Amino acid sequence: MPAAKLVTDPAAVQEVHLETDILIIGAGNAGCFAAIEAKRVNPDLKVTLMEKAHIDRSGCLAAGMDAINTYIKKGYTKEDLVRWSRAQVGGGPLREDLTLSMAGYLNQCIEEWEEWGLPIKKDENGEYKARGKWDIAIHGADMKVILAEKVREYGCEVLNRIVATNYLVDNGRAIGALGFGVRDGKLYVIKAGATIIATGGAGGLYKPYTNDGNDAHHQIWYCPFNVGTGYAMGIRAGAEMTTFEMRWCATRTKDYNGPIDTISVGYKAAMINAKGERILQERYAHLGGDAAPRYIRANAPMEEWLTGRGPCYVDTTHMTAEEIKDLKTDYLNERPSFVLFLASRAQDISKEPIEIYGSDPYIVGGHTASGYWIDNDRATTLPGLFACGDVAGGVPNKFVGGCAAEGLISGRAAARYVAGLADRGMIDREQVEAEKRRVFAPAVRLAAEGDGVRPREMEERLQRLMDEYAGGVHQFYRTNRERLEYALKHIKTMREQVKYLVAQDLHELMEAHEVIDRLDVAEVLLHHLMAREETRWPAWQTRADHPERDDERFNCFINSRRNPQTGAIEILTRPYEPVVEEK
Amino acid sequence: MPPRVNVDKCDGCRGENEALCEAVCPGDLMTVNEETGKAYCRSARDCWDCMCCTRVCPQGAIETRIPYQLGYYPAKLVPFAGTDKVTWTAVDINGKVERFTFRTRNK
Ligand SMILES: Cc1cc2nc3c(=O)[nH]c(=O)nc-3n(C[C@H](O)[C@H](O)[C@H](O)COP(=O)(O)OP(=O)(O)OC[C@H]3O[C@@H](n4cnc5c(N)ncnc54)[C@H](O)[C@@H]3O)c2cc1C
Ligand code: SF4
Ligand code: SF4
Repeated sequence: MPAAKLVTDPAAVQEVHLETDILIIGAGNAGCFAAIEAKRVNPDLKVTLMEKAHIDRSGCLAAGMDAINTYIKKGYTKEDLVRWSRAQVGGGPLREDLTLSMAGYLNQCIEEWEEWGLPIKKDENGEYKARGKWDIAIHGADMKVILAEKVREYGCEVLNRIVATNYLVDNGRAIGALGFGVRDGKLYVIKAGATIIATGGAGGLYKPYTNDGNDAHHQIWYCPFNVGTGYAMGIRAGAEMTTFEMRWCATRTKDYNGPIDTISVGYKAAMINAKGERILQERYAHLGGDAAPRYIRANAPMEEWLTGRGPCYVDTTHMTAEEIKDLKTDYLNERPSFVLFLASRAQDISKEPIEIYGSDPYIVGGHTASGYWIDNDRATTLPGLFACGDVAGGVPNKFVGGCAAEGLISGRAAARYVAGLADRGMIDREQVEAEKRRVFAPAVRLAAEGDGVRPREMEERLQRLMDEYAGGVHQFYRTNRERLEYALKHIKTMREQVKYLVAQDLHELMEAHEVIDRLDVAEVLLHHLMAREETRWPAWQTRADHPERDDERFNCFINSRRNPQTGAIEILTRPYEPVVEEK
Repeated sequence: MPPRVNVDKCDGCRGENEALCEAVCPGDLMTVNEETGKAYCRSARDCWDCMCCTRVCPQGAIETRIPYQLGYYPAKLVPFAGTDKVTWTAVDINGKVERFTFRTRNK
């Protein structure tokens, strides 16, 4: 289908007006579960999914998965999961209430996925095959296709290739969303009773170290097409956000950026340094050794590099031929090109260990606790708006199962919310006109001036700024007040430069909005990093000027809200309220 | 150098509403050249190497390559998809071949 021409006069942009009961933005893992559950609560509801890509292969699950990291096995309880999750974030803060409610639906979602067609590996007793304490092994190459089929079967409306750009807001309430068709070039105005945001986390805020020349810019771990638009839409509408300073940085296979847990946990391959020393066991025994919290495991190999004991590896040289075949099969289910990567280095991992390195930092609420501040219904602070999955905050270590469970909870809550609605609000015509001008501005600029800033140039400027001043991988994740102030000053200039962005076609128009959204997320992230004057999670958050942890001041959530009138970002704190007792 | 389209094999998915590689790419990178009727990747730099396009192509016309900046020539990884199974063939830079077959959905 040839893409439509990008219109250069906003007055000529065609509008598509739609009405629905529940609008779900982002038809990924969480969004699909939200849609299915809303239909189950009330089959008469009209449920619409607005997806930037194509529901069959979008977001984190596009290439597939080889494991589900959160499933409650026999002998474990929801409370155990909370305790483990708390330990993974060094004792908190985390929203234990939300973690508990999520834990209640993990197994249901996964077992249903299996019924719908997802192959889950079994052990000799017929139980799901365990990989770690909470992980189970799957053949998930086509899990997204299977989920998409179910969404259609439940009678949900799917709008592919529509990029959401902002919420429709009436008197401080979300009543749907606006977006544009990246194939048809039309402006979509979708009015809804309830709106669920499920656009995933944010990749591409920081410069990846694989970024050489032209070809390896997106050789990153997180889905590079999830750019944080959901966060940015909330920030612009004045929703409260939490814990952006808890960035997800992880040890990944070097140069390829493939998941490492598959190898280290699944095949018991220990991390070693250049001298062959088992890093975690030898240097971090007091923090749990091989079972140390995730941020320690992210920081440890980088610390080795920094002190001159790199490169670092996961030691696969003990693995049998059969195990190697299994490991490669796992990768073919999740990031198939890893097998190509090994082949392109002719690497026999039974003789040569796999090199590891830190990733660029991501904001991803399915792993750390960054995202919308929500209540137990997954309602945000913006009435009418619910959030689930990587875009929702407070609950670290959700992963596939937890994002699905949160989708289910938000779908159910949204259906209830719609049933109780007295009125559905009014579309503000001026907002629609203003958004149309904002969205198509890069096309207008190119037509009128013939010159300006390409989205790619601005993206690379942002990524370099964040990397060097806000604790990217090239700086071994370290930052300080002065660097953050520098970054904030330049972000401000870049935000003023948005008016110079140009786009020559609809794909580039999407890229222009991706960089605008990343700027908004990065600015909030900088404020969060500035506010936490301590080092709580080395690597995830390292303040070189405040190297110690300060429980007295900071055992709490750092939250923020951008004032929609003035644009000022206000920082506030919320108490950490543990609900599960230590054993 | 991510997806490379073999123009002799690609038929532009004639008969489909939209070319399959174009429909599935999560980054909106695959597209069909209107003049030649053949698919291409509009921005190799932005490719995630997820191989969704390579797997979906009914003609086997797409080959994913690891960017040369990261891996050497001429390794290959070729999928052959059935309804509930897939077989992958990997060939390393010295010509060593490995094959993997596994389920992709329950019957
Ligand atoms: C490579 C990789 C490996 C992983 N491995 C594992 C694992 O082994 N086990 C595990 O449990 N977890 C794993 N995870 C984590 C897990 O996959 C995610 O946390 C979870 O699937 C996220 O679900 P989500 O619905 O929030 O996001 P996604 O599934 O990414 O969905 C977000 C959706 O929003 C769409 N979207 C984005 N912006 C817009 C917009 N502006 N308008 C409309 N739509 C938009 C996207 O296209 C996408 O479809 C992995 C993640 C990655 C990236
Ligand atoms: S899916 Fe294959 S045959 Fe179809 S357009 Fe793409 S490359 Fe060509
Ligand atoms: S490998 Fe993935 S990201 Fe790259 S062009 Fe193909 S479908 Fe798109």
